Amino acid sequence: MRRGLWYGLLFTAPAILGFIIFTLGPMIASLALSLTDYNVFKEQTSFIGFDNYTRMFSGEDDLFYKSLGVTFYFVVLRVPAVIIISFAVALLLNMNVKGRAMFRTIIYLPSIVPAVASAMIWMWLMNPDLGLLNSLLGWFNLPGSNWLYAEGSVIPSVVLTTLWGIGSTVIIFLAGLSGIPHSYYEAIDVDGGGWYSKLRHITIPMVTPTLFFNTIMTIIGSFQVFNEAYILTQGGPNNRSLFYVFYLWRSGFRDTEMGYASALAWILFIIIMAFTYIVFKTSKSWVHYEGGERP
Amino acid sequence: MRQSKLALGAGYSALILISILFIIPFIWLLRSSLMNLSQIFTMPPEWIPAPFQWDNFRRALTVLPFDVFFTNTMIIVLSVLVGTVATSSIAAFGFSRIQWKGRDTVFAILMTSMMLPFAVTMIPSFLGWKMLGFYDTFYPLIVPAYFGGGIFNIFLLRQFYLTIPRDFDEAAVVDGASYFQIYWKIIFPLSRSALIVVALFSFLGSWNDFMGPLIYLKSDKLFTLALGLQMFQGSYTAQWDLLMAASAAVVLPCVIVFLIGQRYFLEGITLTGLKG
Repeated sequence: MRRGLWYGLLFTAPAILGFIIFTLGPMIASLALSLTDYNVFKEQTSFIGFDNYTRMFSGEDDLFYKSLGVTFYFVVLRVPAVIIISFAVALLLNMNVKGRAMFRTIIYLPSIVPAVASAMIWMWLMNPDLGLLNSLLGWFNLPGSNWLYAEGSVIPSVVLTTLWGIGSTVIIFLAGLSGIPHSYYEAIDVDGGGWYSKLRHITIPMVTPTLFFNTIMTIIGSFQVFNEAYILTQGGPNNRSLFYVFYLWRSGFRDTEMGYASALAWILFIIIMAFTYIVFKTSKSWVHYEGGERP
Repeated sequence: MRQSKLALGAGYSALILISILFIIPFIWLLRSSLMNLSQIFTMPPEWIPAPFQWDNFRRALTVLPFDVFFTNTMIIVLSVLVGTVATSSIAAFGFSRIQWKGRDTVFAILMTSMMLPFAVTMIPSFLGWKMLGFYDTFYPLIVPAYFGGGIFNIFLLRQFYLTIPRDFDEAAVVDGASYFQIYWKIIFPLSRSALIVVALFSFLGSWNDFMGPLIYLKSDKLFTLALGLQMFQGSYTAQWDLLMAASAAVVLPCVIVFLIGQRYFLEGITLTGLKG
């Protein structure tokens, strides 16, 4: 056992050191920085207690609430869309059809496209004058949209661009679905139930652990969206897509207010923790684990 | 599961429709990258380039030094890949095949970093690298990969290592093998497919990384393809032919890598999702 401890630590040392140097250390440093007015271009840095946090919540910085609102709107729109569509697509892929592998490849492929390239493609698709989307709408005699360039449509448009990359969520759902034993469905067949009772009584309860995993990962990811904001919109028009992490980056790296940006980062961390905690807490009532008490 | 013909037909049609929707952006990208500007701007849009403007690619890739960006990207991507595969597999071995006190607690603590937003560590890390004089070099993008290669990869490999029967190690221990020999002679070769998954994720992750290079690289000559493409977009706003050609050139290597390794990809994602 002693031998085990020594070797165990030896093998995991790089990872543990990495955690201390690149995660724990910066985390503590970030908390400390958030209590200062550190600015790259200022001679002096002083300890200012919770002033950064007061500045955020007192409304002195109206962009804080703005970016929070934008991000919440995005999360509320995106998480259900990603989850519902991914689940539906996974259900389709789980059918016993010819060419399943090909469909799976096609649906996964967009999620490996670099964010910058994906952004370019979508900017061009969503071009108000010459883009494909407006031409398509035109064919059906529907009015075009200004997509990323109008205050009302910018966030739904960004959500739409990210839906192109749902591939890995779909594949994880698919893995969950394929783990359901066939005998369960046969039992419903015997009882004379149709596809709806299969979905309602077998598929959905059995897939809840996967649903739980995907929901948490999608929430965490959606709160941290940055590339889309930076490349597609730069926060515009009129700050309507001022995503939280984009605002944080701008405060820290463009406006060089790194103390303040660190405070922003900690609030984001707390928000993400809170959401994860809520999902965890409620999961007891809706996540079904094999062998658990709930049928 | 029995399926009625009707349901199967409806599902099949839905799949085809969804696949078309997913593939249209690629087609739009390709067709735009091979057209001249006047054809791009015709309304209603045309799908087949006439003539095929292959020259777009040459022009797009020479307006900016994309060869330099490509070399930079490859240096970063390959260095990160080697570090990730080596150190994440060693750590995963320590977290799964060796019994030691506190092992699972330490692993659980490391796992919490998956929930930590990168925004929290971003600023202090940046200041740290800058203080050491490594701002505007590749080091901040590469070195962290040599310290565990990311908890996600350790998690993925650990999941895989846990499925390998214990008897293998025990037999080796009886034969007097050390942990290093067990790792190198038994576990490493057995986990080939999982390691390929990690290598592929690592490749795509650093190839696609945008925020890292954006924060740490300042000189044009150190830019990666992602940064170069973004710079291109800034300076050639309405040149959709060239922009699409440059984008296609950046997307292509990813598509090739994916198509070659897709079996492993799907396995790997499945492996991470199974333990929800």
